[in-house]
Amino acid sequence: MKISAVITLKKDVLDPQGKVIHQALDGMGFKGIDEVRQGKYFEINVKENDPTKAKEIVEEMCKKLLANLVIEDYKIIGTQ
Amino acid sequence: MKSSVITFPGSNCDRDMDVALKKFGFKNKMVWHNDNELPKSDLVVLPGGFSYGDYLRCGSMAAKSKIMQSVINFAKSGGLVMGICNGFQILVETGLVPGVLLRNKYLEFICKNVFVKIDNKDNQYFKNLNKEVFEFHIAHNEGNYFCTNDQLKEIQDNNQVAIYYCNDDGKTDEKYNPNGSLNNIAGIFNKEKNVLGMMPHPERMIDKSLSGEDGSIFFKNLINNIK
Repeated sequence: MKISAVITLKKDVLDPQGKVIHQALDGMGFKGIDEVRQGKYFEINVKENDPTKAKEIVEEMCKKLLANLVIEDYKIIGTQ
Repeated sequence: MKSSVITFPGSNCDRDMDVALKKFGFKNKMVWHNDNELPKSDLVVLPGGFSYGDYLRCGSMAAKSKIMQSVINFAKSGGLVMGICNGFQILVETGLVPGVLLRNKYLEFICKNVFVKIDNKDNQYFKNLNKEVFEFHIAHNEGNYFCTNDQLKEIQDNNQVAIYYCNDDGKTDEKYNPNGSLNNIAGIFNKEKNVLGMMPHPERMIDKSLSGEDGSIFFKNLINNIK
């Protein structure tokens, strides 16, 4: 089963890369952007057919390695 | 005095550290990341470099490597563990010292000499030093120290800040902050002060033919403190 997870920076953590992307987009004519925040996206194929269990496994991975919970949040966004 | 330097795939300051430790009298052993056991040591050093290619987050994979469980146990039993640069990033990822190291504020890799001020000499690393301001070298892309407000309060309450970026007079103003670090923090202790993580490289300052000798003062003092 394929589980998708996104890792995003917490709200009060500075994201200089997001800021630069924001400026570049603005310079290209995409006006009216409030903010850009950059994150990470993972697709993990786990050998588990029960979606609840599969999600639990990936959540464990997020907590232990994929995200640093001091600065990042994770969210399981899909199961396939 | 015995020391161990851990080599991770992608470490590149491990041999510099080996040279520095031996120069000032340590019997040093290089230890591979995939080993299970630490040799008997008075000091364990996590060196600088780019362990695991800085994949995912700097230091995140190295923090989970086999040898680290022994290093964590050693630290928790009071052993001296020092992480320099990438080693500092590994230490924050293990949770041995609080906080994280974010990308430098202006997105540049910074490679230059800086001045740092020692804040707290009540520990094995800095006690008996007769000066406060040191010139060390930094070379990093992710040295922007950050922690939550609650963590910062705890760090300050426990005197866990080891060194601050400053000028040659020891002034710790924002303009002497190279990377956007919170409160100019360049190095942090754990609560018990036996674990030290810092971005600057003292091992690059151990010879007149290199860029300075403040590292020599640090290492000479360190081995005398441990003896």
